[in-house]
Amino acid sequence: MSLECGVFHTRYESDMGLRRWPAERIRLAVFAVFVLVFPFVAGPYWLDLANQVAIATVGAIGLNILVGYTGQISLGQGAFMAIGAYSAGLLTLNLGLPWGVSIALACVFTSVAGTFFGLPSLRLKGLYLAIATLAAQEIVEWAMTHWTAVTGGTEAIVLPAPSLFGVRLNTTFNFYWFGVAMAAGTALFAANLFRTRMGRAFVAVRDQDIAASVIGVNLFRTKLLAFATSSFFVGLAGAMIAYYRTIITWERFTLDTSIVYLAMIIVGGLGSIRGSFFGAALITLLPALITNAGRALQETAPMVAGLLPYAQQAVFGIVIILFLIFEPKGLSKLWGNVKDYFHVWPFAYRRG
Amino acid sequence: MDVFLQLTVSGLSTGMVYALAAAGFVVIYKASDVINFTQGDLLLLGTYLIFFAVSQTGLPWSLGVLVTVLLAVAVALAIERLVLRPLIGEPIISMIMVTIGLSSVLRGLVNAIWGPAPRAFESFLPSGDIVIGPAVLSTGRLLSIPIALAVLAALALFFRHTRDGIAMRAIADDQQAALSMGISISRVFGVAWALAAASAAIGGIMLGNIVGVSPNVASIGLRVFPVVILGGLDSIRGAVIGGAIIGLLEVYTGGYVGHGLSLVVPYVVLILVLMVRPYGLFGKEIIERV
Repeated sequence: MSLECGVFHTRYESDMGLRRWPAERIRLAVFAVFVLVFPFVAGPYWLDLANQVAIATVGAIGLNILVGYTGQISLGQGAFMAIGAYSAGLLTLNLGLPWGVSIALACVFTSVAGTFFGLPSLRLKGLYLAIATLAAQEIVEWAMTHWTAVTGGTEAIVLPAPSLFGVRLNTTFNFYWFGVAMAAGTALFAANLFRTRMGRAFVAVRDQDIAASVIGVNLFRTKLLAFATSSFFVGLAGAMIAYYRTIITWERFTLDTSIVYLAMIIVGGLGSIRGSFFGAALITLLPALITNAGRALQETAPMVAGLLPYAQQAVFGIVIILFLIFEPKGLSKLWGNVKDYFHVWPFAYRRG
Repeated sequence: MDVFLQLTVSGLSTGMVYALAAAGFVVIYKASDVINFTQGDLLLLGTYLIFFAVSQTGLPWSLGVLVTVLLAVAVALAIERLVLRPLIGEPIISMIMVTIGLSSVLRGLVNAIWGPAPRAFESFLPSGDIVIGPAVLSTGRLLSIPIALAVLAALALFFRHTRDGIAMRAIADDQQAALSMGISISRVFGVAWALAAASAAIGGIMLGNIVGVSPNVASIGLRVFPVVILGGLDSIRGAVIGGAIIGLLEVYTGGYVGHGLSLVVPYVVLILVLMVRPYGLFGKEIIERV
């Protein structure tokens, strides 16, 4: 960890804090003010996008814990989100549990399911694990659409609107606060997780699993814990979608969902919490931006506007490819570069 | 019995398309360790290129096939040069994601050029039916089986007897030793992509003939994974036999069991194979601590 010139830590607490320097605290405060003011300024369209970003942040951090920090590639994100969403919904519908309890139980349930699907990771590595999770995704997708007795098959499940102290939660404005709280809580948990023995063990397994086991990391336990922790938050993201939309359909949880979330953490930065947020924001906003561009072009160039749905797909791919080739560490690294540049600006010396 | 025969022919012909796509996957994996998620989109490209060449441009089918294969090879060479080469040596997750990104780009382009609606395509394989006893078999499907087998055999012969094929096997065996013997890795990677694209394009042409031209073709790309895992990731023979087994399993479960189970059976097989025999039927057994 780098040291800052002119900042002296005189207490252990300040030395060990998550935010150690005044500049960091100021940036965080500015961001917090932005988050607090945003819903009062923005219209419902942007608020809806912000809510999607908040949900995606929770899911992306969850996936990043598994893929970015522990190095276990998963193509089963969509399936885990589906398990979270469906169990949150079905617990309320069938057992009449309040929505908060359902969401909490759904997280635990997804965590258990994630651990189960993580079992192959004890024998399989890298590519094989990716393919195994791909198979898990397809099997869960099939169960969603064909196990009619439980999931309602291809029919959508409709949930009662969640409310807190008599206030309906699933309006864009009210859900914003819930979404932000969940995203912030997830980020805080993850940031602290990687300062603990367990979190460090995750990183050790990613970097060199044999060396990790030599220095006393129990691979079996660590990998399963990574799957469990990761799926907990992925399930939370799924349950949040269920209660935000109050409608659950299987189309939200296909392999494409898994790919979109992987794209988020690649574009944002593998093994980075702030990267998860950046990636979630970029990949969520990208289609919206392209659609808006399409509306703007509708008047002047209707030919081009007609191609935009496909352009959206192509641009999504191009963004992934460009990031992998030119900045494999993602937006998180780009943001780091900006910070470094302005570190002692306008003087010439740069940290690096 | 007649149902059984019809299902078998239909399963084998689909299985051979799987095998063509899977063979391309195997060639690329063997040469460069890249896990290629674009095989399905190369198939898609093949069906639309043959549609473009024969139905839209009006070329005779023999010339159309040639043009299709050449264009597909050109696309694959461009992909290899522009996208894959800068990423040589990157971790697996990057390789997986870059090919997923490519697949999204290819699909977007094909849809932008030809539109999302299925297109009418006059099949140039003989379209009649052959009646064997009680069973009525489609000639097109029946014919596609030997065609695919011939292509796959040519691929296998290429590996055994040509200079590039042997270079490819050398690189698969030990990259550093191959380099020090003067084998050009970039040339071999290029050849691998060209072969994969050619094989997938022929699969795409067959699909266009027996199933029709529509964007759904790309979804076959994922079936490549059960096939290659069952057959062994680095074995062409495995791709052929794996393709046949998965194709047959699908139509048998579809025909005799139903409930949409045919969609999920390949993946159940995939999980079982991974648990029991991760290197597949014909793959090289690698002992590795996990």
